[in-house]
Amino acid sequence: MEPVEVIGKIAVNVIQGRVEAGDEGFDEGYEGQPAVTELVEDAVSMKVDPAKLILDGLTLPMEEVGQKFESGKYLIPDMLASAECVGAAMDILAPHLSGTGVESKGKFVLATVAGDLHDIGKNIVAIMLKGAGYEVIDLGTDVSADRIADTVSETGAPYLGLSALLTTTMRNMEDVIKKLGERNLREQVKIMVGGAPTSAQFAERIGADAYCKDAFQAINTLKSFA
Amino acid sequence: MLNNGREGVLVKPYERLNPNQVRILHQASLEILREPGIWCYNERAAGVFREHGATTREVMEKGTPCWRISIPAGLVEEALRMTPSRVTLGARDPGNRLLLDSEIPRVYFGTGSEANIWLETSLEEFESRENPGTLAKLPRHTELRGTTELLERAARLCDQLENVDFFIRPLNIQDDDVDENNHDVNKFFASLNNITKHVQAGLTTRERLGDVIRLAEIIAGGPEELRQNPVISFIACLFKSPLQIVDDTAAKVFDIVESGLPLVLSSSPQGGSSAPIEEAGMVAQINAELLASITLTQFIREGAPVIYGSVPVRARLDNLHDLYGCPEFNHYGVDCVQMARFYRIPCYSSSGVGDAKVPGMQSMFEKMLTHAYMALSGAQYIHYSFGLLDRTNIFSPLQAVIDNEQVGMVKQSARACSVDETAASDGVRTVGKVMDSPSRLFARHARKAMHSGTLSSPYRFETADASDRVIERALEYMDTLEARPARHLDPETIARIFREITGLLPKLKKAA
Repeated sequence: MEPVEVIGKIAVNVIQGRVEAGDEGFDEGYEGQPAVTELVEDAVSMKVDPAKLILDGLTLPMEEVGQKFESGKYLIPDMLASAECVGAAMDILAPHLSGTGVESKGKFVLATVAGDLHDIGKNIVAIMLKGAGYEVIDLGTDVSADRIADTVSETGAPYLGLSALLTTTMRNMEDVIKKLGERNLREQVKIMVGGAPTSAQFAERIGADAYCKDAFQAINTLKSFA
Repeated sequence: MLNNGREGVLVKPYERLNPNQVRILHQASLEILREPGIWCYNERAAGVFREHGATTREVMEKGTPCWRISIPAGLVEEALRMTPSRVTLGARDPGNRLLLDSEIPRVYFGTGSEANIWLETSLEEFESRENPGTLAKLPRHTELRGTTELLERAARLCDQLENVDFFIRPLNIQDDDVDENNHDVNKFFASLNNITKHVQAGLTTRERLGDVIRLAEIIAGGPEELRQNPVISFIACLFKSPLQIVDDTAAKVFDIVESGLPLVLSSSPQGGSSAPIEEAGMVAQINAELLASITLTQFIREGAPVIYGSVPVRARLDNLHDLYGCPEFNHYGVDCVQMARFYRIPCYSSSGVGDAKVPGMQSMFEKMLTHAYMALSGAQYIHYSFGLLDRTNIFSPLQAVIDNEQVGMVKQSARACSVDETAASDGVRTVGKVMDSPSRLFARHARKAMHSGTLSSPYRFETADASDRVIERALEYMDTLEARPARHLDPETIARIFREITGLLPKLKKAA
């Protein structure tokens, strides 16, 4: 298989939202055929140019998926499936990117704050941001302010996303922001908050940079920061 | 075997009666038919019962001859053995045909039933007196007298409503140029020329039955083709409750049964006025009326395709009007469905009727109570389900559009469970895959079900903000549906019908 052909197949499978060979696609008839994981592994062994693979095989198809979602043809699971494809591809490609000039759009630390175990929304954000080209450092749920501050400090991440589903735990977001201030980290990081009980007013009150109602707004907000 | 047709919804029937209770009600009905028996005001029907072993005794009632008939259990049981367990209802579009199989609880929903009033709804903008500048849209309803043109509109709309499986004319036609003589041909033609689904109605007069059948034969392609694909069928309420065979209706039943076309034998006693209000007494009586109806038809013509038509209703105790949207209606109705299943005869039932006079919260409460419950009963053919208000006095096209959404959700809810070994193994495999993934999110794996078309969609008329705009959205959707072209008959068929059938209104001559 020629590099152009394997990149084309990766692009098709990103649009179809197929991470592995066992996955069904948006259209019928794909199940059992090599999907993004298998094809990207083939591409690596064929020494396909990672920069070209990322642009033609992942980024451009992902833009097409976004258009299909905007037009109503694709629903959230379709969009997430495609984003997972990009994430899986990037995991395989990561060790092979040094010296290629390919860089992520930036490190994004993500966490559900202390006392809160809810993570569905946070996970959707993680998948979508990874699919959009960010390096996501997902700390999981019930994460203390200290640990979040430590991670921002160690990674130098320019972006931080905080999630909470409960009115009782959302106030812990304010503790995180204070902690970052105490450790002189606040100026290096843009902070976005989200979750059912949060709002733009709440974000402003606790000193966050933005409120995002969903993953799509998070991506748009990040673009506005750039 | 019908290998294409409407899907309906296959349910696992909810059974209210245990087998012993079914037998108790069966015996009670047989006891009623033996003593006190039935009062028959049609001589020919009385003769049929007498010839086959029933005891008849002629009496004069207020100057009218009446035959008191005691029907032995053996006669009923013999008739039940002759009654088909499956009835096919045809349609102009073969994909819209229905197979009613008494042993398969596949549920179809349709319209009914000859309301006199058409309720037209528009939105009007109002300004708040307390907060000038604050506007709100509210529905304005206008009552119109039913006409053939409105019946055409109802048929066209119901052709577009995907959850309407069959069409019983929901509106009575009262045009100035429609009289008893041309009522039947116009109501059947106005329906058949505007809907490709099965069309069913009662017969106004025996005299035009031949023309109605001829009309249907032209559409189906000939007499034999019509019997293979009966695009029309009939409803007759042989009994006036309690237990009285009506002379005129009996005569129509003879004619319809002899034509070989399907017939719903309907009975609609009112618990508290024309039947006992208690469940056991009500069901024993309506079942007796329907067993006697079935017995007559099978001795007129063995194997006549008939449907067990149960419409038991409760009386309101403040005015003795029908009370449809109540728990007792469901109790009576489900029991009747079980009796029909016991006899292996397809069942015609009802849902979606209430006291509300306009579309709104009351109408939806009353309708959901019976839409959902009767779907679970497994009745094969549920009428009254779209657009009726004020009991059965008003047909609202807007309400029909709203009911279409509700019936769609009810069908999805009532669908039989699909769990098996394969499905469970698939589930276990998916859980394993997702637990191995960093996100532990099942959304990607929801796509197979999402694309299969088996998942329900959110309510079509939902409002995202803190307001209720169901009526506004349903009206917009209705406009979209009504803007679609009608699926009329072809010009040659129309021309032939107008050549051969007299009395059709020229304004109905619309071809594809």
